Amino acid sequence: MMLTTDHLDRDRDRDRDRDNEVGGGGDITSGELAGKGTFAVFGGAVVLGALTWLPSGSVNWARWVIVTILAYIIGTYVVSRIVESKRHATDRLATAVMTSSFAVVLLPLVSVVWTVVERGSNRFDWTFYSETMRGVVGEGGGAYHAIIGTLIITALAATFSVPFGLFTAIYLVEYGGKTRFSKRVTGLVDVMTGIPSIVAGLFAYALFVLVDGPGHRSGLAGAVALTLLMTPVVVRASEEMLRLVPNELREASYALGVAKWRTIAKIVLPTAIAGILTGIVLSIARVIGETAPLLITVGIAQGVNYNPFSGRMATLPVFTYNSYAFPTLPRDASLDRAWASALTLVIIVAVLFTGARILSSILKPKGLK
Amino acid sequence: MTIIDNPKQPTEPDTPFGDEKISKTGDKVFFGLSFGAATLILVTLGAVALFLVKEGLPVFTASDKSDLERGGDSFFGYVGPLVLGTVYIAMIALLIATPIAVAVAVYISHYAPKRLSQTLGYFIDLLAAIPSVVFGIWGITVLAPILSRTLYPWLDDYASWLPFFGSDVNVSTSGRTTLTVGIVLAVMVLPIITAISREVFLQTPRLHEEASLALGATRWEMIRQAVLPYGRSGVISGAMLGLGRALGETMAVAMILSPADGYFWNIITNSNSNTIAANIALQFPESSGLEVNRLIATGLVLFIITFGVNALARRVADTGFTGADG
Repeated sequence: MMLTTDHLDRDRDRDRDRDNEVGGGGDITSGELAGKGTFAVFGGAVVLGALTWLPSGSVNWARWVIVTILAYIIGTYVVSRIVESKRHATDRLATAVMTSSFAVVLLPLVSVVWTVVERGSNRFDWTFYSETMRGVVGEGGGAYHAIIGTLIITALAATFSVPFGLFTAIYLVEYGGKTRFSKRVTGLVDVMTGIPSIVAGLFAYALFVLVDGPGHRSGLAGAVALTLLMTPVVVRASEEMLRLVPNELREASYALGVAKWRTIAKIVLPTAIAGILTGIVLSIARVIGETAPLLITVGIAQGVNYNPFSGRMATLPVFTYNSYAFPTLPRDASLDRAWASALTLVIIVAVLFTGARILSSILKPKGLK
Repeated sequence: MTIIDNPKQPTEPDTPFGDEKISKTGDKVFFGLSFGAATLILVTLGAVALFLVKEGLPVFTASDKSDLERGGDSFFGYVGPLVLGTVYIAMIALLIATPIAVAVAVYISHYAPKRLSQTLGYFIDLLAAIPSVVFGIWGITVLAPILSRTLYPWLDDYASWLPFFGSDVNVSTSGRTTLTVGIVLAVMVLPIITAISREVFLQTPRLHEEASLALGATRWEMIRQAVLPYGRSGVISGAMLGLGRALGETMAVAMILSPADGYFWNIITNSNSNTIAANIALQFPESSGLEVNRLIATGLVLFIITFGVNALARRVADTGFTGADG
């Protein structure tokens, strides 16, 4: 039994076998680079990279990684070219290039997370989350006002864009069908997805200038800008989920004589609710870090402003930007606040993102994958 | 037994919710709401275009242009360098990001073990959601000093015969250059391109792959013959979406770039053409009067550029997925 499965596996994943098995299996694997060989090449590359320390005498991690990767790619190709054939050498070259490009991508990303956590932890304390910047000179102070502002503006944006986006998706899936109007709406939702965030901010500003005159700043204007960015994401996610609801469910409901709107409200939406909620949470994660539109529509404030209908408000992204770009003295205290604020943003986004995943697996209806 | 004498009767069946009649009003309200929301999408986009034009137009029509001291009173002279900066930086980001993103997508879809690839996919999606202000503060604090210490002197010494590394101006020591911004934007758009390419690569018909392997192709040959041609249109539309994101990216550029007025081709100096979006973010808080109108007009230009790019991406995506021979 073992032998049979083993044999089948080998047939199916010939390539993987070649990577893993040591070339002792007889004729089939002779003339192939064994697992030990690739490890040897990799080890050699690491050592070669480490040798680059010698001239300067100090450890340079970036150079070490780059030299190692290059040496590994070239080394694998050359060794395979000698031991195996040209085609296998190219194959190994491709594998090495793809694996290394993945490693290269991880470098900046790990660096971003690491830096934010490291620098942000300086002010990751209770004061930062309980105090505002009103009357604060120098050290101390916090981002309480910015957190309140971000919560209010994001909640407003969600209140506008969730019904807006959800009903648009319902129209597209349940009513529109393949009419020209619904095709046009789908196209325009795509256009909306591509609107640069700063343009959304300019639009909200231009809209409120009509009502209030030049120089308008308010949380509501920011929420309108965010709504413009959030709605297409909600539409896309909801539309996709509604289309996954099997038609049999709708037909069964109609056959029982249930009205269309009740079918949608009681059958279709509950079936798709997991995916829709996930999409909504993800769209919130997308807009909660938007800086540019809030910078020009809401501005920044030193204290708490609970009223989104008038006056400037502080928000976490703009607070981050302002603390960094226009630091007060002493500069380090201001920069620490910027980093702590950035850390808070990253944590919020990560929590929302992970929450969305968990939500979708908890609420996933049985029988739907 | 009674004879059905009223043929209209059976068209009102009982409902499972007792004998209440099907509520026509409920249907009408629900349809009205959905149709209204869909129409509102049209109205909103119309309003975006309308308001940008309305608020941008005074730059061309105003008789008194004394507000526009900075940057001269010719609008196209003002927006020209910004368009160059916007397109230039976005292209650099795309040139760096696309090949790496495709390689990573192939790695995740065809090389990494299945469990690992799911985790990696989640991680990459999460990275697309990290706010741009965080990338900005990272770029200026971490990346710019590293590049100005290592890469830029090297490029200045050995590659200055290339026009975009030309040695006519001093190489930047702060690292606040077009190339730094291009690299940061590349990191930012990479998750987008990777996510879309990965989806398409995973959809490659298994039969194509197995046929290729059965003919004796190595894994790389299989990928080149079956996977890449199949996913080509997906990669292109992913790259275009990434380009759209890079064109509209604001905060990372505003925080890192050291801008100057005019057209600059050298990408490793402190004099760089700014981008439209970053220019708006930097100038808007301190602008008033006609200057605001001018910034809104540049926003309209940006809107038109990204609109064009996205339309192109959609067209590519629509014509794609034609099969193995691509």
